Amino acid sequence: MSLYFTLRRISHMVLVLLGISILIFFLARILPGDPARLTLGPEATKEQVQNLRHQLGLDKPIYIQYYMFLKDLMRGKLGVSLITKRDVSKDLLQRFPATLELVCFAMTLAIIIGIPLGVESALHKDKFIDYFSRIFAFTGVSMPRFWLGIMLQLIFAYVLSLFPLTGRISGMPPRHITGLYILDSILTGNGRAFVDSLSHIILPATTLSLSPLAQITRLIRANMIEQLRKDYTIVSRIGGMPENLNIYKFMLKNAFMSTLTIIGLLFGWMLGNAFLVETVFSWPGIARYGVNSVLRKDFNAVIGVTLLVGFGYITVNFIVDLLYRYLDPRIRLRK
Amino acid sequence: MKNLSQTKNVHKGNISRALYRFTKSPLSLIGLSLVLMMVFIAIFAPFIAPYPEDAKNAVHFKDMFQPPSLKHPFGTDEVGRDVLSRVIFGSRISLMLGVIVLSIAVLIGVPLGLLAGYFGGIVETIIMRLTDIFLSIPSLVLALAVSAALGPNLRNSMIAISFSWWPWYARLAYGETLKIKEEEFVEADESLGVSRIYIALREILPNMTSSLIVKVSLDLGYAILTGASLGFLGLGAQPPTPEWGTLISLGRTHLPGMWWLSTFPGLAIFVTVLGFNLLGDGLRDFFDVEVE
Repeated sequence: MSLYFTLRRISHMVLVLLGISILIFFLARILPGDPARLTLGPEATKEQVQNLRHQLGLDKPIYIQYYMFLKDLMRGKLGVSLITKRDVSKDLLQRFPATLELVCFAMTLAIIIGIPLGVESALHKDKFIDYFSRIFAFTGVSMPRFWLGIMLQLIFAYVLSLFPLTGRISGMPPRHITGLYILDSILTGNGRAFVDSLSHIILPATTLSLSPLAQITRLIRANMIEQLRKDYTIVSRIGGMPENLNIYKFMLKNAFMSTLTIIGLLFGWMLGNAFLVETVFSWPGIARYGVNSVLRKDFNAVIGVTLLVGFGYITVNFIVDLLYRYLDPRIRLRK
Repeated sequence: MKNLSQTKNVHKGNISRALYRFTKSPLSLIGLSLVLMMVFIAIFAPFIAPYPEDAKNAVHFKDMFQPPSLKHPFGTDEVGRDVLSRVIFGSRISLMLGVIVLSIAVLIGVPLGLLAGYFGGIVETIIMRLTDIFLSIPSLVLALAVSAALGPNLRNSMIAISFSWWPWYARLAYGETLKIKEEEFVEADESLGVSRIYIALREILPNMTSSLIVKVSLDLGYAILTGASLGFLGLGAQPPTPEWGTLISLGRTHLPGMWWLSTFPGLAIFVTVLGFNLLGDGLRDFFDVEVE
């Protein structure tokens, strides 16, 4: 894998990010309503509003506003949120671990269940488990995420009382190390917080992981069926190589490569749908913060959340791209 | 030119075989029936709904919060309106949203993709970079930001979803154009001096229709899902419009007691989206095309 490729990929990433910032900035500027007026409330006088507009630079031409915005962005400043009255970057930093934990947990669920299910469906093609996984896949991608969340709440929280209804933790959170409660409670050996946060994450993570799980299952199945027909598989089967070794060491390795390419896309999908899931489960992450700021026309916060989501999505795709090139020996070893 | 007629003939033979395959696949047929059923319900909503007046602002306080019964199979809401009637009328909104969003997305995306793919050069660079930028924000997030900027209502949510959807069609049309451009009949046209616009519109565009049909049928379900999601977040249709997502969001405040308020509109979304997914999957086999 060449340095040249990595550099080219990074420069492309920076260009796209710049593009996103322009797109979102101009979009947020069309927001009806005057941010200064919204901050001060209806009682403020015209002069007070004018003063604040001047202070925020809202009276300058829009390209100068964008330039100022970009300059602040480079220094990690996103402006003050109209709701929390703090710098948006501080708000985001505080809420980001919650979303990261949710999305990573859901992705892990989707992968560790999706892969074996896909392998089994391929090995038992057109048998019960294959039909089951096919129907499950169609169901998984067709269900409205927010509705699934509500139904899970209804069954597992209200009726069966197995899991808590909303939130991230009931008791004291574990000592702050990474901000990911599950990881932190393991690191500090805090058993109570571990069980507490785990029981909170199960329902939202299940809601978020169902559709990616279905897609991974189908993709692994399709690729495993292809691998089953390959010459190397037939030869090693005839040669009496242990079946499990064959399946998991050789075939799955090849089948997984194509799954890797869609994992980036699935991450984007999850980030988007986190906006629904966090709303349903009152999960204190950036997505719920985003929804609130959108509903209350908090201009700086909307820009901040969208940029962060875009940045996260691009970064994941970048890593997946590098990983793909590293794992594929045909690309890695090419000089 | 000879080549073109040849491919057409081969295609004809394939159609009857593909049609046979389609009718032999139970899931595709289920999908088709679900979609036809929803379209039928949407068109004849005023005749099917038991209480058509409940789709709007009707109030029957003595019937409020009735659980499902024979009189009200889906129960009644906080002002005594029949939930079944509201769900039936909701199908009109969701289907219309899906059709309008995808029409806009196709009308913007396909010409841009065709332009980029066929003419190349600086046009290609600009269009495809722009597509990249749009695609690097998850579509739901972009739609959320746009509909917030425009103000929350049904029309704006349709604009917002289209705004985040066209890049997929630009990318599809671009990829197809690059493929078709290499075909011999296009090269033949070019060597005969046929105008580029004629080639783009009469040779390349018709040859991507099957991919487009499959993509649109798969996307209709997802567009409806996105519309309902915006409605759920309060950024789409506003009450008393009986939009499915909005109904779920309102019903959620009455959980767990009035479970029917959220459950049935959600089932309606699920059935509709499932129908389009099954149909789209069947059409993909029918046309034998690869669509992401």
